[in-house]
Amino acid sequence: MSKVQSKVGVAAGSLRNRLVITLIGVAAVLTLLFYFVIRAYAAQIALQSQDNILSASVTAMLDAAIIRDSVVKVDLPYAAFSMLNTETDDRVFYAIYENDSLLSGYADLPLPQRESRMSSTHRSGYYLDVPIRQVTASRVLVGADTRTRITATVAQTQDSLSGTLQRIARNAAWYGVGFFSLAVLLAIWATSSTIGPLKRLTESVARRGPQDLSPIVKPVPTEMVPLVSSLNNLMQRLDESFTQSEDFIAEAAHRVRTPLATVRSHAEITLQRVDKEENRQALRSMIRAIDESSRAAGQLLDHAMITFRANQLDYQPIDLVALARELVRRLTPVADMKDIELRLSTDKTVMVSGDTILIQNAVRNLIDNALKYSPSESAIVIQVHALPAPHLSITDEGAGFPDDEIGTLTGRFARGKNAAGTIGSGLGLTIAQDVAAAHGGTLSIGNTKEGGACVTFWF
Amino acid sequence: MRYILVLMLLFFAAKIQAVEWEDQQLFKGQNSTQTLRVISSTDTAIFAPIIHSFLQSNPDLNIHYQVAISADVYSEFRANPEHYDVVVSSAMDLQLKLVNDGFAQPVEGLEHPAWAQWRRSLFGFTLESASIVINKAAFEHLPVPGSRQEMIEVMRANPDTFSGRIGTYDVRQSGLGYLFATQDARASETYWRLMEIMGSLRTRLYCCSGAMIDDLADGTLAISYNVLGSYASAREDVADKIDVILPSDFPNTMMRTALVASNTPNADAAILFMRHLVSSRWSDTDSQTIPLPPLTAYQDNSQQSIIALNPGLMVFLDDMKRKTFIDEWESAIIQP
Amino acid sequence: MKYLLIEDNEELAQALSTRLVLDGHVVDHAMSFVDAIAFSDNGDYDLILLDIMLPDGDGRDFLAHHRAQKRDTPVIVLTARSQVSDRVSVLDLGADDYVTKPFDHAELQARCRAVLRRKSGSAETITRLGDVEFDPVAGQLSVAGQPLVLRNRELRLLELLINSPGKVFSKQKLFDRLFSYDDDASENAIEVYIARLRKHLDKSSLTITTLRGLGYRLDNE
Repeated sequence: MSKVQSKVGVAAGSLRNRLVITLIGVAAVLTLLFYFVIRAYAAQIALQSQDNILSASVTAMLDAAIIRDSVVKVDLPYAAFSMLNTETDDRVFYAIYENDSLLSGYADLPLPQRESRMSSTHRSGYYLDVPIRQVTASRVLVGADTRTRITATVAQTQDSLSGTLQRIARNAAWYGVGFFSLAVLLAIWATSSTIGPLKRLTESVARRGPQDLSPIVKPVPTEMVPLVSSLNNLMQRLDESFTQSEDFIAEAAHRVRTPLATVRSHAEITLQRVDKEENRQALRSMIRAIDESSRAAGQLLDHAMITFRANQLDYQPIDLVALARELVRRLTPVADMKDIELRLSTDKTVMVSGDTILIQNAVRNLIDNALKYSPSESAIVIQVHALPAPHLSITDEGAGFPDDEIGTLTGRFARGKNAAGTIGSGLGLTIAQDVAAAHGGTLSIGNTKEGGACVTFWF
Repeated sequence: MRYILVLMLLFFAAKIQAVEWEDQQLFKGQNSTQTLRVISSTDTAIFAPIIHSFLQSNPDLNIHYQVAISADVYSEFRANPEHYDVVVSSAMDLQLKLVNDGFAQPVEGLEHPAWAQWRRSLFGFTLESASIVINKAAFEHLPVPGSRQEMIEVMRANPDTFSGRIGTYDVRQSGLGYLFATQDARASETYWRLMEIMGSLRTRLYCCSGAMIDDLADGTLAISYNVLGSYASAREDVADKIDVILPSDFPNTMMRTALVASNTPNADAAILFMRHLVSSRWSDTDSQTIPLPPLTAYQDNSQQSIIALNPGLMVFLDDMKRKTFIDEWESAIIQP
Repeated sequence: MKYLLIEDNEELAQALSTRLVLDGHVVDHAMSFVDAIAFSDNGDYDLILLDIMLPDGDGRDFLAHHRAQKRDTPVIVLTARSQVSDRVSVLDLGADDYVTKPFDHAELQARCRAVLRRKSGSAETITRLGDVEFDPVAGQLSVAGQPLVLRNRELRLLELLINSPGKVFSKQKLFDRLFSYDDDASENAIEVYIARLRKHLDKSSLTITTLRGLGYRLDNE
């Protein structure tokens, strides 16, 4: 079982990025729109402004038309043309008509349709291959017995207009860029502040200890309330599940062990009272069998518990040396029974970060194994050192591991050939290896020169 | 029959091309490969130094310099624009119209005041004022008029002295004369009063400055009005006989202008020539006195009343307007 | 030693009491939390054996009570629970040690001894016979004032013999008491230990007599 990292599959895009990109996209669209609208509006205004001047020129020309001696005279005011002076020296074309005949000006300057000559007309067109803006107007001169229509038309190139438009377009573009940049900054800020509650929730959940399944009570924005309540729901179910499992294990332990204890006690007593060898042997095997099932039950339950815990290790700083010493103290009475010496050889202290209960369990199982397989009056050496990496190793003077089985012994329920006649399932090594793996470490097993077993728990 | 038709056409064609050349000269560069064709209203004598200074720095060019009066320069160039590369004229209005009607091409990158150019195609390269020129001897005992009003007064006071001895441009013939007259009339009422006085004293009308100055020098004329002061000053031969006076009330100042023909095959050469004109480098040589007051790149236009290069100049070119003005002018200056 | 056994399972309690009495101890048996409090408040015990799961209250509550009373009687907890979840709390609450059911009686004995050893002033436990002083709790033997170092099994063997001097113990009995049920040793391993013990007691007034076919007996000269 390996260490379970909290990976959530593949991240399907970033919420924050999405929001930022959307906002930037919107800002870009709006900016472009803004730019084109401004340009169009500016073009309209500029054209209007040109039209106004052209109209003024046409009006001035029409105002200067008189009939003298039955002849139409138009005394062009100087201002009519000088007012058309622009920064870009736009070219000017004009024509004056009396009814339909040309009085003076550019004969080939096109006129708008007769009908629309009623009021002044404005149009854009081409003359001499350049774009022009043209204004035409008419006035009726009333003579003694005549009515004469005077039509004046003035056209001007649009260099000044284009120049103005370009300037405006450039400025609009710069403003656009400025607004867009501002919008980008605002988008990033707005995203951060919107995503803020989400980040804060994540942080507060991440900060919790591995065992903390209490509901989240911090207030969150409306949209996140369903998420948080689902989360709380989930955690509650998990908590219940854990508790149920813990309770189950405790209950299972109790129910299995108590009757076994009774049977064992009786068997022990009975053994005291029988003399017949075959009865004695029978009772002894009975007790051995009880011990084996008890141990098996115990290890199975331990293993289940460990599997649970390994998903949410409660990392604390642990002094391996102190832990080993405590375990040795606890197991010394048992070792004494077989006259086995538990010897400690350690650095002064070796600190690691890990789950106390799991490590205690693993080491206890390993020492237990060693006690089981060591002969009487031998020594089990427990070493704890910090270099090359923090490790704890247990060496015994037993038969050691069969060479060909070293690889498979840590598989569940595996027992080596040498275990014949010995009580205890092979879960001890499995448990130790699982705990090692949960801490990102390894368990290595091998034999000493003298043939005893050596098991090392590496962090 | 076809033959006669062709002959008739040729005849008419020839008739249309009835420009009277005042002068035609080919100025050769040292190792010339190309000829630049210039049509101008400026006398060759006056313009020659400019040409020489150009050819010194551009020896691979020739300049074919053709002179006609400004009105003819305008009509000839307009009729045959493909025959000429550069057009130089003192008639700012006619030049502007040529540019307006698309006969000129822009020359980029010339450092020149904005008011002294139009559409980057027409460039003024001199500043010359309309002046009062007097015969010194005639005014020995008379107050020298410094303004139009003073002219009117001195003329009124001494009709016998001035009768038949006043000269001015015939605006019907001289483009520059027409320009000065119309700008004058625009500026002040005094002009018409002056014209009437001059008309009553049987003013002589001239097509060109040269003849006017000659007559002033030999005493035929006592005073002439609206003459190009620069021409008068350039005439070293008569410098001691005549005086040039800038009217204090309103000195009309014109710019001699040049343009590059829009479809010229010699565009590069034409542009070089234009740069030369505009750079007023021709005014730096101290080998000869340069007669034309150059318009330098940093000239400021605040002091003088320079005729503005703007579409307003085309107003007086309008047929009706022109007819009206000339009728009025004729009735003022030509009195039976 | 005076034991207080707090265990609600009658059969188990019965078996355990019998065994303890067989070892020469006095045992009081309480079946519930209430009884336990009553016994413990009024009696003076050397050791308390406590089942952690009682019908009317958690054994932990008894521990809390016991400690609150500032009594220093050592407590060994008998528990069937998984050690993984409860281990810390039992010892934190004041128990001195624990055994998991079903437990090996020899282990319980060993743990009792260890716990008692830690308590100061166990002078009453010394057994004197002849010129031999034997402290089973401390596991120390001295012959004529000379302390001797014995192995654990040797000590256990001596304890058995010295507690009932003159009594004949069969090989079987001795074997059962000294060797765990999964030990491979044959009964003749007893001979080895008897021989060793004889050697230790060589200079003393005690002798171990072999009665062929019957067993062994410790005598004081």
